[in-house]
Amino acid sequence: MEHFLAMGGYGRFVWPSYALALAVFAWNIVAARRSFTSARERALRTAAANRAAPTEPKT
Amino acid sequence: MATWTWFHKLASPPYLYRTAGRLLPWLAIPAIVLTLAGAYGGLVRAPADYQQGEAFRIIYVHAPSAWLSLMAYTVMAAAAAVGLIWRMKLAHALAAATAPIGASFTLLCLATGSLWGRPMWGTWWVWDARLTSQLILFFLYLGYMALHSAYDDTQRADRAAGLLAVVGIVNVPIIHFSVYWWNTLHQGSTVLRADGPAMPPSMLVPLLVSFAGYTLGYAALACVRLRAEVLGRERNASWLQELGRG
Repeated sequence: MEHFLAMGGYGRFVWPSYALALAVFAWNIVAARRSFTSARERALRTAAANRAAPTEPKT
Repeated sequence: MATWTWFHKLASPPYLYRTAGRLLPWLAIPAIVLTLAGAYGGLVRAPADYQQGEAFRIIYVHAPSAWLSLMAYTVMAAAAAVGLIWRMKLAHALAAATAPIGASFTLLCLATGSLWGRPMWGTWWVWDARLTSQLILFFLYLGYMALHSAYDDTQRADRAAGLLAVVGIVNVPIIHFSVYWWNTLHQGSTVLRADGPAMPPSMLVPLLVSFAGYTLGYAALACVRLRAEVLGRERNASWLQELGRG
């Protein structure tokens, strides 16, 4: 295991690369979900406001 | 004519919104499986390189992120061009949805390249053609996002940022061919070569699996962001009333 983690002396370059990849994937998932959730909430609020708004009487 | 029906349907916001939602699990699950399999193959199954030793394993995150950075920019520029030429607003939505994904993977490519360059070249960074053109790609993504957020009017934002995306596409072939056009420290293409990949199958297979995983990962993330863009742009549309009821 120690041999595997050492990566032939390049562990301090190899592991941070994979950690960064994991961080970028995680950020993308969280940011995309957050962007969708907030857009959905805004859309729902607008839809509710549009339904509640009184329609103008026809003259 | 019937073959273009699917393309015309994509111009319909409710159709695109629902299609992106339906596609999501079919893209996200294989993306996770393939990305993890590629990383496992690269870290455990692939043999060490005879010249670079174990440091070469960085290729399994560096090359797929480089591929994704170029592919995402090409998608973004093509979508922006469709939006500018045919005034298809959902094409601009795809471009806007792609930009942050592409920017983050371009940054990953630059960072992992730097981590690979330090033990192999003895430096974190050199101003050679490949690295500099990739850095310009990152700035193009940032420029697109900054320009898009500078306007309150979505249509003006789409036009201005879209124009930058289309002009910036010239950088994509420069990045790819930079290692042939100029003397650079960066090695030539390993996979996309006229005479075939310069790797044995034991190294190549995990790399191709990673490419597939990252590509599907982009598609899945783009679906989520595209749905958010559609909701933001269509918030006053009547079809969204159903969303509140459902």
